[in-house]
Amino acid sequence: MENIVEKSRIARILDSDIWHSFTRSPVAIISSIVTLIVIFSAVFAPFIAPNDPFDLVAIDIMDSSLPPAWEVEGDPRFLLGTDDQGRGILSTIMYGARISLFVGFASVIFSMIVGISLGLISGYVGGRTDAIIMRIADIQLSFPAILIALLLDGVARGLVPKEMHNDVTIYVLVFAIGISGWVQYARTVRGSTLVEKNKEYVQAARIIGIRPGTILRRHVLPNVMGPVMVIATIHLAIAIITEATLSFLGVGVPPTTPSLGTLIRIGNEYLFSGEWWITIFPGAALVILVLAVNLLGDWLRDALNPKLR
Amino acid sequence: MELLDIKGLQIEFPSRRGTVVAVKGVNLTVRPGEVLGVVGESGAGKSTIGNAVIGLLDPPGQMSGGEVFLKGEKINDLSYEEKRKIRGRRIGMIFQDPLTSLDPLQTIEQQLVETIELHLKLGKKKSRERAVDLLHQVGIPDPEVRIQNYPHQFSGGMRQRVVIALALCAEPEVIIADEPTTALDVSIQAQILELMRKLCREKQVGMLIITHDMGVIADITDRVAVMFQGNLVEEGTTQKILGNPDHPYTKSLISAVPRADVRLRRFPMVDYIEKEEDRKMLLDISTHWLGQGRDFGKIEGPLISVKDLVMTFVTKPAFLKKNRQSFNAVDSVSFDIKQGEVFGIVGESGSGKSTVARIISGLYKPASGAVFFDGTDLTQLGSEKKMDVFRKQMQMIFQDPFSSLNGRMRVMDIVAEPIRFHKLASSNREVETIVTDLLEHVGLGRQAAVRFPHEFSGGQRQRISIARALATRPRFLICDEPTSALDVSIQAQILNLLKDLQEELGLTMLFISHDLPVIRQMCDRVGVMKMGKLVEVAETEALFTNPQAPYTQELLSLMPKLDKLSHKGLDVETS
Repeated sequence: MENIVEKSRIARILDSDIWHSFTRSPVAIISSIVTLIVIFSAVFAPFIAPNDPFDLVAIDIMDSSLPPAWEVEGDPRFLLGTDDQGRGILSTIMYGARISLFVGFASVIFSMIVGISLGLISGYVGGRTDAIIMRIADIQLSFPAILIALLLDGVARGLVPKEMHNDVTIYVLVFAIGISGWVQYARTVRGSTLVEKNKEYVQAARIIGIRPGTILRRHVLPNVMGPVMVIATIHLAIAIITEATLSFLGVGVPPTTPSLGTLIRIGNEYLFSGEWWITIFPGAALVILVLAVNLLGDWLRDALNPKLR
Repeated sequence: MELLDIKGLQIEFPSRRGTVVAVKGVNLTVRPGEVLGVVGESGAGKSTIGNAVIGLLDPPGQMSGGEVFLKGEKINDLSYEEKRKIRGRRIGMIFQDPLTSLDPLQTIEQQLVETIELHLKLGKKKSRERAVDLLHQVGIPDPEVRIQNYPHQFSGGMRQRVVIALALCAEPEVIIADEPTTALDVSIQAQILELMRKLCREKQVGMLIITHDMGVIADITDRVAVMFQGNLVEEGTTQKILGNPDHPYTKSLISAVPRADVRLRRFPMVDYIEKEEDRKMLLDISTHWLGQGRDFGKIEGPLISVKDLVMTFVTKPAFLKKNRQSFNAVDSVSFDIKQGEVFGIVGESGSGKSTVARIISGLYKPASGAVFFDGTDLTQLGSEKKMDVFRKQMQMIFQDPFSSLNGRMRVMDIVAEPIRFHKLASSNREVETIVTDLLEHVGLGRQAAVRFPHEFSGGQRQRISIARALATRPRFLICDEPTSALDVSIQAQILNLLKDLQEELGLTMLFISHDLPVIRQMCDRVGVMKMGKLVEVAETEALFTNPQAPYTQELLSLMPKLDKLSHKGLDVETS
């Protein structure tokens, strides 16, 4: 016991079982690299994208509907070709991924905040409060998430004045996707809270006199976060898909700031006139991103709870 | 000839942090009709031996050396299929938890008859006759009827009898029993041990009994093997090992066992396994932080007074009140605890003793009755703020050292939490000084503060719990089975520590335990609880020498007899 000095946070992470499991799993390494590349190229799109698809000065209608660079009529400036307005597909994908990822992350965080708080309260307080929250969750679960998102989107469109539509749609989208996903978090957190609240460290805190709010925040919350992180990762993939679906249906983000879903919808119209690249490449990008995030989530679930396999 | 012969057994558990050798070159033999005890503390490798013999080592564990012979036949290198045939047929097994070793979805008949048919190749009718006969032998009343019951329809002790019947049903040559009575109450333990002893003699079966409990060893075994950190340190007749041990580990282990017949001042030489950091010895309470703010004034009457406490638990919840079913876990319990006294509550599981502790500490609200602390009724306080004054004076130490500390917090923050909450120190620096001082005071080094709970052993964690409980400068400490999850030598250390602290700080204590010898060592007065009722309250000496209530007499008579144990070097308190 003599010579033990405080281990730094990084040293503890590198020594942990989860890091060990990560370095042994090629799936986890590859999917996290892919995810990081997509996130990186999305975040830094304004600096690394070959051209700016939203700079009206730079767009030339003469470049419209060019096939990918390796085709006969391709142009080396546009690696993956251009759409009907002469915007480079690669660049629109990078900008589009920005929107998709923003909506994905924001709605997951929103879901987490709502779901975790309600789950903690439900599990810790119990009784009527618990029954009411969980019945609301049950009711919501009986509707498909996409339906709730569509409904909320429709309501928001009715309430917000027309000229503000384009500015607020993205936040409406975050709210709609976020609110349709909180139930999972609430249920998981409630279950873990029921276990944790009967553990003796929570009772010790109660005997000291710590108030319920502090007990939940300081003692229970850190101990229920494990499964939540797994759900969040898988939920991120679902949220991105939901956003794409909504945008594909035309109720998502406006075409002026297209997300991957919007790009697929726009391209869809050209699919049968031979301009396949307009829709295939955004679609492939979406599949790769969602698959990588999903595999990462699966790995995380197995690593945190080997018994679940 | 030896029935079971284990030679040079070596078992390894490879892991990414290096290979752990769990058992190092152990030699053991079991003769027909003999009970061999393997005793040791957690991590000594005793259960691993049992699992290796029957070929059920948990992966990645593996036998890396040695041989196992059953009646002269080498069985350790048999194929999985051949080992499976030996298990149950030639080697019977009894595990710790009778609840999980029976299939809850099958009746006792199905389980017994199936096993008998499989191993003895008898017909259905013959098998059933044999099953009924076995149940009769293990002392289950009405076996013809009871055989059709499911496991959950039996009590814990009865279930363990069924498990023994299951182990015996194929007429095995050897029985391996891994902690067979640890999950049972004392009164049932005595019956089960007697039964095992008798059957072993009658049927000339060899038995290997693995346990941490010296009481079980003294009760049932002929010979004892003492394990320590994977090594067999000493082997001999039970008489010899308990009465006149040679190895220093065995000596310290035996001296650490709490006795019911004498009261010790302190437990001697108990740091063989886990060295206690040099504890700051007796401190000057008038100048030390722990002594400040303790001028509570002289109190009249008892410090704690419990009046007609009733606690009801709902067993069958329902929407309408009249449909709800409930039972009284605590039923009109009243007692007083004087200032500076250690009051014990003893009782078997389900007697309501822990519930009483939780009501006094404010975790449960009683259905009726009152808890007076220095004259104030705690159940009528109402507001949290008013309660805080009393919370500061009253702290609790829990049973399970693995769940009583928040694994996500550093020890520093765990111990500092009550100090910060009750604002007992003015600056962060002061808090840190107090915490390191407290940690040193409970026998942990100051380095402990920056580490996380999972880096400590059970005993060390219990010390952290004690430090946290002391951090509010309490005058009343509730200890709910503080050592029942610990090994004997660690238990002795913790009991010594609690005794020292109680003397130094003049603490009043409520000490709850199912273990009568521990109660004898710790308490001034004792209350005996049975099914939610307090059946007797008496001075400790009087209770042990002259029990009044019939239930107390029964409890005392069923206690494992430890009179064979050596008394050498004990610091006996003389009244």
